[in-house]
Amino acid sequence: MVTCAAVFAATFGGVSAAAQAETVAITGGTVYPVSGPRIPGGTVVIRDGRIIAVGTNVPIPAGARRIDARGKIVTPGLINAQTQLGLVEVGGERATRNVSARGIINADFRPWEGFFSQSASIASTREDGVTTIGIMPQGALVAGQAAAMDLADGTAAEMVRRAPVGVVATIVTGPRFTDLDETAGNTAAGGETTQPPQSRADALAALRDLIEDTRFYAAHRKGFDAGALRGLTASHRALQAMLDVVKRRQPLMVTADRVDDIDAMVRFARRENIRLVILGGAEAWQIAPRLAAAHVPVITGAMNNIPDSFDTLGQRQENAAALRRAGVEVALVGNAGGGDEEAFNARNVKYEAGNAVAYGMSHDDALRAVTLGPATILSIGDHVGSLTVGKDANVVVWSGDPFELSTNVEHVFVRGREYRDRSRQDQLTERYRHLPRTNN
Amino acid sequence: MFRFARALAAVCTLAFIVALPAPGFSQQPAPSPAPSPAASPGPTPGPGALSVPFADPYPSTYVPFPSRATLIRNATILTAAGPVIHNGSILLRAGKIAAVGANIGTPADLVDVIDARGKYVTPGIIDIHSHLGDYPAPSVSAHSDGNEATNPNTANVWAEHSVWPQDPQFPRALAGGVTTLQVLPGSANLIGGRSAILKVVPSRTVQGMKFPGARYGLKMACGENPKRVYAQRGPSTRMGNMAGYRAAWIGAEAYKRRWDAWNATHRGDPPGRDLTLETLAAALRGDIYVHMHCYRADEMAQVIDMSHEFGYKVRAFHHAIEAYKIADLLAKEGIAATMWADWGGFKMEALDTVRANIGLVDAAGARAMIHSDDASGIQRLNQETGKAMYAAKRAGLPASEDVAIKWMTINPAYALGLDARIGSLEAGKNADIVLWDGDPFSVYTHAEKVFVDGALLYDRDDPKANWRTDFELGYVRSAVRK
Repeated sequence: MVTCAAVFAATFGGVSAAAQAETVAITGGTVYPVSGPRIPGGTVVIRDGRIIAVGTNVPIPAGARRIDARGKIVTPGLINAQTQLGLVEVGGERATRNVSARGIINADFRPWEGFFSQSASIASTREDGVTTIGIMPQGALVAGQAAAMDLADGTAAEMVRRAPVGVVATIVTGPRFTDLDETAGNTAAGGETTQPPQSRADALAALRDLIEDTRFYAAHRKGFDAGALRGLTASHRALQAMLDVVKRRQPLMVTADRVDDIDAMVRFARRENIRLVILGGAEAWQIAPRLAAAHVPVITGAMNNIPDSFDTLGQRQENAAALRRAGVEVALVGNAGGGDEEAFNARNVKYEAGNAVAYGMSHDDALRAVTLGPATILSIGDHVGSLTVGKDANVVVWSGDPFELSTNVEHVFVRGREYRDRSRQDQLTERYRHLPRTNN
Repeated sequence: MFRFARALAAVCTLAFIVALPAPGFSQQPAPSPAPSPAASPGPTPGPGALSVPFADPYPSTYVPFPSRATLIRNATILTAAGPVIHNGSILLRAGKIAAVGANIGTPADLVDVIDARGKYVTPGIIDIHSHLGDYPAPSVSAHSDGNEATNPNTANVWAEHSVWPQDPQFPRALAGGVTTLQVLPGSANLIGGRSAILKVVPSRTVQGMKFPGARYGLKMACGENPKRVYAQRGPSTRMGNMAGYRAAWIGAEAYKRRWDAWNATHRGDPPGRDLTLETLAAALRGDIYVHMHCYRADEMAQVIDMSHEFGYKVRAFHHAIEAYKIADLLAKEGIAATMWADWGGFKMEALDTVRANIGLVDAAGARAMIHSDDASGIQRLNQETGKAMYAAKRAGLPASEDVAIKWMTINPAYALGLDARIGSLEAGKNADIVLWDGDPFSVYTHAEKVFVDGALLYDRDDPKANWRTDFELGYVRSAVRK
């Protein structure tokens, strides 16, 4: 199904009107469509896996199951745009890590093909209101392609919401390459990049070479097949994948924290005429208007304020709010940068949003930054991310403010199906809720 | 953010605890004097020259910062010593809590008055598991000072000797309401070394941060970390870990006997001094509290048996992911457990995390605590406690805010042996106080003012006055509120 994905078009996985999806009317709640203003006493109707009505005084289909949401809040399912959920099950166990590929330029690496559909974190993430995730590879100059997955039952391929949704790279040198096997390297073409960049300008130069070679490759492909071309910086498969970037079909998603690096990437993207998404973006607030003017979105967190490297001296919790205020599309994620713990706690993206509000973001913007914002950045905004007629029914009913610690998730729908399964954590809690009376 | 629990080499610390002043003892602002070693004849050796109990060769030089008598009124007060006080007042005077209650009267003399309508007051948060200063920011290679991963037993190292007082993470922890923390060595080793109990205050030296009179802790570690770090030389298995601890205790037992005999008589040449065995012997005597990093329930049970074998007490299990599985055993043994709200999955022994862990341990009658182990998490221990409290409620447990407040205050104070001095809002205790701009268990709430020994050391409304470390000057712009 995904064989041609890197070459031409995005793949849409198992997304289809779920056969078993029922007709449901969620009535009387305060509805946050995100795409429009809040609707007090609103109703959301789901049928055949889609949202068929949103508003007040909407007709309720005969036979629809009703959920009384009076006093409750209804939102789109949350989206965590950057996690390794499904790619890393147990961080310390190499065999469960499927997040990186062998080389330095792995633009053809498709991590969703190694996604673990049986991850115990899927149910625990979903029951906390997250219905879609962005998964991103890690560990090289160009780590590979990103994908959007729905947290629905099914195989990895069936869970794909859209793939690819971008090509992930970094110009941060050093520790970000820790997943890289130093003996790795590719022996294909003569000029291929086989060593990690030694400095940030070196990384930038390597990206520049890669874009140039992608264009050269596109123009001289027959020569490549005949082995008659000069050495290129990447394999032909990687260059094929990069064609999506140079033709603006996919954004280049670049980890950059230092303001100079972010600015350099914005200039680079303009010069090369490519789409850009900034990941991390610790100091992005310092050039927020420039990012807004260039339509460069930022995927970042709201709990970072430690100068934990010389790239993040200006890191502050107000970053996301300042970016949004300037007009930047923002997606809030946990611990921007993609450590393993986000796989287990991808569910906590709602608390990232709450903390963003505590540091200056409006509640509406924070909700957008975990729904329609990431949907837009991941190129799935036409199908999920808001409560809009025609969109797929990823819907959550909350007992109160979605960002508050006290709030419970009461109903979660993914592709129109309500999930009530108990996570592994729920089952452990229940098992030990009453300890055995024996000593065994 | 780098998290130490999943760091390749995590270490545990031992802490020595100094005898506590009796409750009601009127403490001077000056640091408590080091407990005096047994009187020694002849030329006086330095305080650490002999292996005597409570030697204090690196004493605290902390002196409370200047404070003004302050009355906070109309607050919701979570005392950690009783039911919530609505519309309550608390009076801070001379570094102590002078009075707290619903109606404490207005002092005749002039005091600063803070109207805290809609706001909350709690004790200062105590983080019993931190690596601030030992793994300071920026986390460059030169700053990796938290794990002496050169031998499975490094009981000889003291965390305070690595602490960089200019770590920018300290003022951020203070701004999160943390007033006391225990800095532990990492968990690479079976026995990692002594902990440092610090007040979160600006100082040129670690001595100026050390909590006067606090006993040391000893960090020990179970499970995956030591056996991974020492896979080549051993221990490489959990049974190897146990054999390693036991060999260490056997050596310490003999050392303790030799020194106890000499200390009783001071006759003849003292036995040879050994830093490793000295710390372990102090743990066997109960003068240093054992803090044991241990994830799995079955391993905690093994460690408990080992403590019986050698006659010492485990003061607290740290990172006790599976404490809920043996909460009854912890209660019976009187062992505290400190936990995260929801971290898990980063290694096999962390797979069984449940959010109700802390609530389940508390409900079983054991002392339950929250901890951070993380420079970011330490800034939001109130939120982490909130997560745990609401998870407990969802599991049907009776976890009120009166209970939950203890998880981040009086319970860790107990585990540090400091519960007579800090951890709750009661007259006579140190005035370590946080004024929150709302419910501390809400995601939206900030610490607004933080007092340490009655001195206002953090004020969200006065960013220019707040503590900035040397490192930040010229590198990190002064915080500007928006």
